[in-house]
Amino acid sequence: MIEVKNLRKTFPHKDTQNKTAEKVAVENLSLTIGTGEIFGLLGPNGAGKTTTIRMLTMLSRPTSGEIIYDGKRISDLDDVRAIKQMIGVVPQNLNFDQDLTVGENLELHARLYHMDAAERRARISELLEYVELQGVINDGVRQLSGGMKRRLLIARALIHRPEILFLDEPTVALDPQVRWRIWELVRKLANDGATVLITTHYIEEAEELCDRVAIMNKGRLIDVDTPQNFISRLGRYVVEWREDVHREFRFFDSREEARTFIGSLETTASIRKSNLEDIFIELTGRKEGL
Amino acid sequence: MLQDIWTVFWRDWVVLKHRMTAFIISRMVAPLLYLVAFGWGLGRSIQTASGASYIDFLVPGILALNSMNISFNSVTPVHAERVYHKSIEEYIIAPIRPYAYVIGKVLAAVLRGMISSAIILVLAFAFGAHFTITPLFLLVLILNCAIFAEIGFAAAMFLSTYEQMGQVNTYILLPMSFLCGTFFSTRALPDALRVFIECLPLTHTSYLLRGLSSGSEVSLWSVAILLLYLVIVFFIGGNAFVKLRQ
Repeated sequence: MIEVKNLRKTFPHKDTQNKTAEKVAVENLSLTIGTGEIFGLLGPNGAGKTTTIRMLTMLSRPTSGEIIYDGKRISDLDDVRAIKQMIGVVPQNLNFDQDLTVGENLELHARLYHMDAAERRARISELLEYVELQGVINDGVRQLSGGMKRRLLIARALIHRPEILFLDEPTVALDPQVRWRIWELVRKLANDGATVLITTHYIEEAEELCDRVAIMNKGRLIDVDTPQNFISRLGRYVVEWREDVHREFRFFDSREEARTFIGSLETTASIRKSNLEDIFIELTGRKEGL
Repeated sequence: MLQDIWTVFWRDWVVLKHRMTAFIISRMVAPLLYLVAFGWGLGRSIQTASGASYIDFLVPGILALNSMNISFNSVTPVHAERVYHKSIEEYIIAPIRPYAYVIGKVLAAVLRGMISSAIILVLAFAFGAHFTITPLFLLVLILNCAIFAEIGFAAAMFLSTYEQMGQVNTYILLPMSFLCGTFFSTRALPDALRVFIECLPLTHTSYLLRGLSSGSEVSLWSVAILLLYLVIVFFIGGNAFVKLRQ
């Protein structure tokens, strides 16, 4: 279980008058993520998702607040190495060692997690098969396509059998086929018992994968719930119409209610099932970041 | 800790193995030019104070400056790993001790520096230079490699841009290459500059290597000063890496 309590992160920055000021990236974030859960952090660019994941993975120190993994605090130096052994990270940027081959990149990672030679060999072979990259073990990472690199990042993060996996925008800029394959991989992992925390600004990804979703905006947590609950809370159907240049919409619990409402409108409108994107817009009041 | 150091060293060893031939050939160019230009060319018209040939005077200086340059530049890719590729984050996330990363990187740079020094020694013998290699001679060479690898590591931790890394080469290493008793004695320098130059580690390495290779007496204070540099710069770079992890 991961517990996040009153997490805050600020960065120094230059304001418009070129004076040093404090920029709040994450403000008063509290969350609990259960074992075996696929938990999504959803938000537009700049919402604080990556900053949150960097603090959770100890790449960035919180300004204040606490992060606790199964009772172990990351602020406690004695616990840090044990926590690091528990977690695997798939970063947003493709941070491979450019001078090593695919196999060597995986071996380096396995060595960093203190795996012995026989275990390393078996695990690398198993994972390359898992992400369907067996044929490129001796190729340089520069030679791989974008989708292959993303799958390799996942394989690398899984080498040491982490109990908790962090995926930071794992399908960004990928075509739909590769995105689907990565989603399948994530589902497989969760079925095998891993806890998965995924950040995304793709609504569809959160809806498809996550057991629960936290919606963030401008560094703050807006709400946490299951995608289904979010939808049923606001209404399963949405009526959409245009007023001048603005898109207007309203939620309804049943299709009949929505139809009745359309009949009362003086303009043309459409009716459809509501989705997480509608919820996100309703909760954050903005669409430009999506 | 030892296992973590070995892992970091292993990575650099794998990269070096991929490029060993290119590395060896490229390391021969600069010393060959120094030996031809300053040893054969200019050196024939130079008489040293001790009466020894200039090439015998020159070889320890070339060893000192070359091991400095190679060790420093062997660690500078850490800067790109930190600033551009972000691959350093893999080490930050991993359950290894921060100083294991620093030591592993420094040891790998020492290896490169020593391979490069071995190439110079072979070339110097081929050019007819006379010198003796003792265990202390090798220790001084290793110390020099380690100090400049640590300086390279610290620079990689503190500097933000690739251009700034280049400026360390231009404003620090290049002047040291010529002024720290490598090509001529520091006694030829004006007093104020000489005092400053004689505080620098490369000057102590040059004098130690020259003295040891010719069988002359050397000051063990110079070894102590090199050790002091080794410890101080190690903690400066190491501390910067620890802060990066935090």
